[in-house]
Amino acid sequence: MGTAMTTSTAAVATTPTPPLDRFRHFAADIGLIFGRCLRATLRSKTNMLFGMLQPLLFLSLFGPLLTRLDLGVDGSSWQTFVPGVLVQLTLLGGSYVGLGLLVERNTGVVDRMRVTPLSPMAMLLGRALRDVVQLVVQSVLLILLGLAFGLRAPLWGIVVGLAFVAVLSGALAALSHGLAMRIATPPEFAAVANTAVMPLMLLSGLLLPMSLAPDWLEAVSRAVPFRYTADAVRDVFRGELTTGTVAAGAAVTVGLAVLCLMAATRLFRGTGRSGAERG
Amino acid sequence: MDCDFAIDCASIGGMTPPPTPEPGPAPSPPRAALDIRALSLTYALKSGPVQAVRGIDLTVPRGEILGFLGPNGAGKTSTLRMLTTLLRPTGGEAQVAGHDLLAEPSAVRSCIGYVAQTGGLDPACGVREELVTQARLHRMPKQAARHRAEELAGELGLTGLLDRPTAALSGGQRRRLEIALGLVNHPEVLFLDEPTTGLDPGSRAELWELVRRIRRERGTTVFLTTHYLDEADALADRIVVVDGGRTIAEGTPEALKRTHGPGPGASLQDAFLALTGRGPSHEPVAV
Repeated sequence: MGTAMTTSTAAVATTPTPPLDRFRHFAADIGLIFGRCLRATLRSKTNMLFGMLQPLLFLSLFGPLLTRLDLGVDGSSWQTFVPGVLVQLTLLGGSYVGLGLLVERNTGVVDRMRVTPLSPMAMLLGRALRDVVQLVVQSVLLILLGLAFGLRAPLWGIVVGLAFVAVLSGALAALSHGLAMRIATPPEFAAVANTAVMPLMLLSGLLLPMSLAPDWLEAVSRAVPFRYTADAVRDVFRGELTTGTVAAGAAVTVGLAVLCLMAATRLFRGTGRSGAERG
Repeated sequence: MDCDFAIDCASIGGMTPPPTPEPGPAPSPPRAALDIRALSLTYALKSGPVQAVRGIDLTVPRGEILGFLGPNGAGKTSTLRMLTTLLRPTGGEAQVAGHDLLAEPSAVRSCIGYVAQTGGLDPACGVREELVTQARLHRMPKQAARHRAEELAGELGLTGLLDRPTAALSGGQRRRLEIALGLVNHPEVLFLDEPTTGLDPGSRAELWELVRRIRRERGTTVFLTTHYLDEADALADRIVVVDGGRTIAEGTPEALKRTHGPGPGASLQDAFLALTGRGPSHEPVAV
């Protein structure tokens, strides 16, 4: 204990970093944050299960009620219901990931990392990447359970469905992290997330398809992006890839992801970079 | 931990050793560690603008331990957060470790260490993992980062704790880990925001000695804020007192006591209370 301190000084580049090196640093930073967050997820053994508890319960306790109903759609009720549960998982799981970041802000971890060369974008993307991985793994577990209940879907359809889940969860996770950089306390964050998630979930026709809805509800649901994702995943689970619904779902989901990433970047960059926030 | 500072114990309560010049044959460039000009910060609140910092001028030579004092709300933490690139100043300029704060924040970040009041540890994370991550964030290759973690653990008496989660550390051990994180990149300037708040007297004494040792062995400039006047008196070569976002006094602890204290034998506390008008003595102060 107590060995002498090293006296070497850090070599600091005074010349501008070449673009290739900057990209390498950026990728390495994303990897670092991703790894750190993933280890945190794996350490918390219960996290994985609790995050998917609600969709799991809907799948096992609500899904069986639908098997003998006419949902007004092609295919089995499971082909309609499981995609809805996947989008529900993404919506619930993705929206709340910001809570973890908020806790790290309050404990000073975020500030500690901001006083390093780490770019805010890398911090955002590394975290969102972890969330995507977690939600895709949870989706696979839900699909396996669905198969046990009687879901039948082509393998390629499941893979495409998971791609939809991945893009949507990345979008929501990024937005959630962005909000977490601006909201001060976990209760406020939970209030905002709750208020947003509940109506969006009901309006997306996740539990029951909007084919059952009266005209006014169907019309309102057209304004909710998740509806298009859910309908597209339903189509691919039924083995249909080249439909207008799938194209619309892909366009809306990717568009939403771009918008969310842009918003999140703004929210991340703006924090603490001006005198707007009380230190 | 007690043995860690056995060699240095004699100097506790004694004289602070004078700043040692940078070791090595290369002559250090004649520039200050910190050169701050008219630094200001105005918060835009709904109720109107609030001037948290109103033009601070300050030069800190390399290797100095500077005590930055002031009552609550004086602008200490805001100033510290500006100098560490966490808040963008709304006015003025500063050179930190030879880099322009506004133009090269990234270069500034590479040359400083920052230990916040809240510390910044993930309770579930292991000590080694925190150190290695911080080193990697400073762009050290994996192997070098691991080596640096072990080296710092040795220097700060954390070797036996490397594989514990940070939640299992005592208050003093946590503080040392937080300081170790701030030292990962061999910073030229180390910023400590109220480093001994909440520590027991033994851990405080250890921490003071650690700060002295960091400066003595590495020549690091230390910029520290504190509410404890005995701490500033014991540690700082020079003290800056801020109030209402302005510098209201500056000097060695001895000079402040002599100039602003109510009489002979005045403590730094007497001088501080007289200066900030918070104490029994209300003599007007010309600075």
